[in-house]
Amino acid sequence: MVEGPDGAKAVEAGRRVAFGPRQSRSKLASSFRTPLWHRVAEKTIALLALTAIAAIALIFVFIAREAVPMFWESDFAQEVELQDLFFAKQWHGYDEPVYIWQPVGEPSKYNVIPLFVGSLKVTLLAMLLSVPLGIGCAIFTAMYAPRRFREIVKPIIELLAGIPSVVLGFFALMVIASWAQATFGFHFRLNAIVAAIGLALTIVPVIFTISEDALQAVPSTLTEAALALGARKYQVALRVVLPAAIPGIAAGVVLGFGRAIGETMIVLMASGNAAIMELFDFTTSVRTITATIAAELGEVAQGDPHWRILFLLGVMLFVVTFVLNLVGDLIIQRLHQRVTASS
Amino acid sequence: MKYTKKDWLLGGLTGLALVVILLLLGVLLGQIVWHGAPVISVEFLTERPGADMISGGIWPAIYGTVFMTLLMTLAGVPIGIATAIFLSEYASPRSRLAKLVRIAVNNLAGVPSIVFGLFGLGFFIIFVGGGIDSLLYDDTTPVWGKPSILWASLTLAILTLPVVIVTTEEALRTVPREIRDASLALGATRFQTVYKIVLPNAKGGILTGVILAVSRGAGEVAPIIFCGAANFLPYLPTDLRDMFMHLGYHVYALATQSPNVDAARPTLFGTVLVLLVLTFSLNLLAVIIRARSRAALRI
Repeated sequence: MVEGPDGAKAVEAGRRVAFGPRQSRSKLASSFRTPLWHRVAEKTIALLALTAIAAIALIFVFIAREAVPMFWESDFAQEVELQDLFFAKQWHGYDEPVYIWQPVGEPSKYNVIPLFVGSLKVTLLAMLLSVPLGIGCAIFTAMYAPRRFREIVKPIIELLAGIPSVVLGFFALMVIASWAQATFGFHFRLNAIVAAIGLALTIVPVIFTISEDALQAVPSTLTEAALALGARKYQVALRVVLPAAIPGIAAGVVLGFGRAIGETMIVLMASGNAAIMELFDFTTSVRTITATIAAELGEVAQGDPHWRILFLLGVMLFVVTFVLNLVGDLIIQRLHQRVTASS
Repeated sequence: MKYTKKDWLLGGLTGLALVVILLLLGVLLGQIVWHGAPVISVEFLTERPGADMISGGIWPAIYGTVFMTLLMTLAGVPIGIATAIFLSEYASPRSRLAKLVRIAVNNLAGVPSIVFGLFGLGFFIIFVGGGIDSLLYDDTTPVWGKPSILWASLTLAILTLPVVIVTTEEALRTVPREIRDASLALGATRFQTVYKIVLPNAKGGILTGVILAVSRGAGEVAPIIFCGAANFLPYLPTDLRDMFMHLGYHVYALATQSPNVDAARPTLFGTVLVLLVLTFSLNLLAVIIRARSRAALRI
């Protein structure tokens, strides 16, 4: 029995044996040759398949192209010192060196550290909420829920993943923020916690789907063996299935983290957007990298130092999510190999 | 099997997580339908917004969203399907190029949407559009090198490319190998097999991918903020170089930049409901088509 692509090769070879080589100019052979337009179409397909690679490369190149002139432009050097982007500076009128993002200030202050802190704060808080929720949902659907219930729940959570992020941002801004302020009495109506709840709604489906797949992929021989040895269901869940599925769950968490740090609309609408350098207070408003780009780029002249710095933020964001995605995919691939090898 | 106390504890805790999520989803949908449905009327759907953006309807936003999504589909879907055909039909699983394409697709799916916005601005508008302008026109006023519905659509086409590729490849792989072998054994070329046998059999799955991509693209706002979405446009876009209004962007602008958010509340909920109905009905359609095509293949 010949297999697909090899089968095609065999057929091709058979045809060549029967009717001579492709290059043959005889009339008989030419009528059996692959028509020209088939070959053109196949070449076109192969060429179009390179679009994804080209897109990734172009994205990096053309964002970097707007950012890197900052290293030699004199306009830029006049207004901003590169080290001030990352290190605290003693500004006129301040008592001590500070980290400040204040592009409209006089002079403009472009320290990106408060934005990093803002992004990380919201992302970590969102992960704190969505990791237990996502994994909890996955364990329940994979281990305890009856089969029919699972078939209803999975599409519903996937539905959650299909909600546009601007709608979730709107929901966080209008409903969650009011509810949270009424319940907890926050000083700032829009703050890191409200944004994180909104973000969690986008990450839970990611973590849930990948974790649930990983839990399902654990060979049933393992669970059956444990049950046969007299283990309780919770023991099977926590000591057999969960450890076996850890790589998949980790991949879900990594990919969820990447999604959270790159999410724009929710944090733009619900985080309050004040660039405050405050590490531990989650009830203050924050400004993330993504929201800063979205909110400020529209009002900046092309080639301005501010413009270059916003694109630099984009480059950093791209690199961070790229690495996170590579790591997540690598874990998933390893898992696939392990599962297919063991079954 | 008998559940012990600890079983009830674990089942209860994990079940609680599920309840929390479903509850949040329920509140979200409930609130939007509850506050949004009374706003929806024929006038709301077919009229232009008033100068304050609150009164009147949202027709230009609906029109702009549909127009942009259509352009995006035209540009992105052929490329996505071609890539999927290459990966599933032509490249051998061990080929280095196929691996590279797969890595690129996976990473493209993870690029933050705002980065796509920067890309659209830096590549399409400044590089391509600006390039065309400097070639064709001596004038300094930009013709192509400015935000427009064309550049927004192309940016979103690249953003939704991974969705099309992944679902199409999945659909192509569900076509049984025996059918391909039979076609090749009858003397059909590789390409004839692909477009006369494989593609028709994978039609349902491919359509699912296209619809999912459309639904994703219709809801994305961050990439189009600088690439062509307009706050307020009294006219409908007629030219590829026009800017356009967009449902999602309308929600963002109205919710964050409106001087009187309380007055804008009903319009906002109505717009969100329209956007949600649009994306959900597309998703639902995708689910139904996928289920049907799977059932058809099983027979």
